Amino acid sequence: MRAVKMKKENLYDFLDSIRTFGKLWGPVKSGKHHALSEIDDFSKIDLKALRTKIPFKKLLVPPRFEMFAFREGKIEDDIEDFPRQVIFGIHPCDIHALLIMDQFFEIHYPDPYYINRRKKTAIIGLSCIPDDKCFCKTTNTNYAERGFDLALTDLEDFFIVWVGSSLGDDMVRECPELMDENITRSDLERYIKWRDYRESQFKLDMDFTGMPSTMELCWNDPLWEELGEKCLSCGSCTVICPTCPCFNVLDEIDLKLQEGRRVRKWDSCMFQEYSMVAGGHNFRESRAERLKLRFTHKLQAFVGKFGEPACVGCGRCIDNCPVDIDIRTVGMRLKGEEVKR
Amino acid sequence: MRVYPDVMNPYKAEPMRLIRRYPLNEDVHFFQVRAVDMEKALHLDYLPGQFMMISMIGYGEAPFSISSTPSRPGLLEFGIRRVGTITNAIFKLKENDIIGVRGPYGNGFPVNRMVGSDLVIIMGGLGAVPLRSLLLYALDNRDQFGKLYLLHGARTPSDMLFKQEFFHMMTREDLKCFLTVDQDDTGEWPYDTGLITRLIPRLTDIDPQKTFVTVCGPPVMYKYVVDELLKLNIPKHQILMTLERRMKCGIGKCGHCIIGGYIYTCIEGPVFTYWDVVHMQGLI
Repeated sequence: MRAVKMKKENLYDFLDSIRTFGKLWGPVKSGKHHALSEIDDFSKIDLKALRTKIPFKKLLVPPRFEMFAFREGKIEDDIEDFPRQVIFGIHPCDIHALLIMDQFFEIHYPDPYYINRRKKTAIIGLSCIPDDKCFCKTTNTNYAERGFDLALTDLEDFFIVWVGSSLGDDMVRECPELMDENITRSDLERYIKWRDYRESQFKLDMDFTGMPSTMELCWNDPLWEELGEKCLSCGSCTVICPTCPCFNVLDEIDLKLQEGRRVRKWDSCMFQEYSMVAGGHNFRESRAERLKLRFTHKLQAFVGKFGEPACVGCGRCIDNCPVDIDIRTVGMRLKGEEVKR
Repeated sequence: MRVYPDVMNPYKAEPMRLIRRYPLNEDVHFFQVRAVDMEKALHLDYLPGQFMMISMIGYGEAPFSISSTPSRPGLLEFGIRRVGTITNAIFKLKENDIIGVRGPYGNGFPVNRMVGSDLVIIMGGLGAVPLRSLLLYALDNRDQFGKLYLLHGARTPSDMLFKQEFFHMMTREDLKCFLTVDQDDTGEWPYDTGLITRLIPRLTDIDPQKTFVTVCGPPVMYKYVVDELLKLNIPKHQILMTLERRMKCGIGKCGHCIIGGYIYTCIEGPVFTYWDVVHMQGLI
């Protein structure tokens, strides 16, 4: 892969020079957490940010968006085009999640809403040092070799800029004066030292090897009932998970019943009506059933379909679930391992 | 400006005209539609057992089994029970109204694998709607199949769907047709009374190894019917059933129809075999 060097003080100039590539989004401190926000002032970008509360998926499948409008019973074709965008500062785990989402939305029937936004999106990855909730090392998602246009490794006074696509190459060539093509032996040593340090900082692990058969054997495990008792059905796990794609489709109509729009909204398999059909029969009435669906989908179905579980070890569910039903805890409990907190 | 220059939008429904509608019983109506674009109407290909998403502007979309057969191209038929928001809107339609329909979706019945086999079609109540497609298909391609049985059960004679059509089939020689009702509320029912399971022992001259049985009906029916079929030594993978789930997209994205955590009913279903039921947890 092509790689160049960029001095840290050049970052803002670089971001300024790629304005033509689209609206810039990046991690910004927001209360106790970080949010992926539109960047008007580069100094607001927090290079030390880890997981943003809501992942990048909100920019590719927004929480609510209009599929099309209708007027007097007829569908109107003209919907505003999507603007180009640049997502800066997403970490290897989320880049892996992005690759999962790409596959998911392209299989069987390509989803035009996702694909068109995705095509207009440039990804600039950023390195990170794990905290006590990251476990991407054991999900093998701690490095991203593809899935980005540029990826920056932060080595304190300079970045190694990995060029991952033709578009990324265009970005780098936008400002050749800011880039140094000459990566020296000592730069390489710095990089390896940094990598070893990063590896040593992981505090959590979770081995998902063999999880599909474990899930199969645990179908009737009493753990599901136990977790069902605790779960609040709040749906925050599905909102913050970077690989949760489910949605609802609704028609919204104005008061005069003349105009309206078909909208797509994020949905959650944790909600009671998720599997309910007309007439009131509910295929997943209990919270235990719904939890089982979510974790079986992530840890068994995705492995069968795409070869990997749909967990990238980002730690968001550990951070967010109010009753500690995170994927790592569930996986370890199902395997009969003790979970230390 | 067109938004989707490269990717066809599978969420856009095709405008179709409601040609005919009439009641099949008190709350199930028959709807016959045709694509406004005649080219598309004639080239819409599908398999028995597949479904379409019907789009009611302002109300939303829901999946409906196709009741017509691809062997009679041009028209699409549905049997729809009034049960929720979208079906209520559908019941307000008048002939000649335009609706949106997209599809076909789902796997459908493996009609090519069934060629040369005996075929038993067992339908209960609303299960007549999807299986009528297969029945008409088999009658239109009669030489592709061995013996052909139809077993149809309804609660009462007035509940029975497609009654006149099935009465007429009683006179055919290339089909053995048994109709039954749980209760005869008219006192004039000329055929069997009792549960549909009582008809199964009449499948005397089929070769079980060479027989496909398709079952669709209310959830409670499956277990008892399948038990009877297993007694006849029908292989588990030749007992086919079509299942219902909530669906919002029909194309394997929205997630609502997932069964057991890993099967998207709209892609891998809605037709499953009894073997699937045995080895995939949570199917029925």
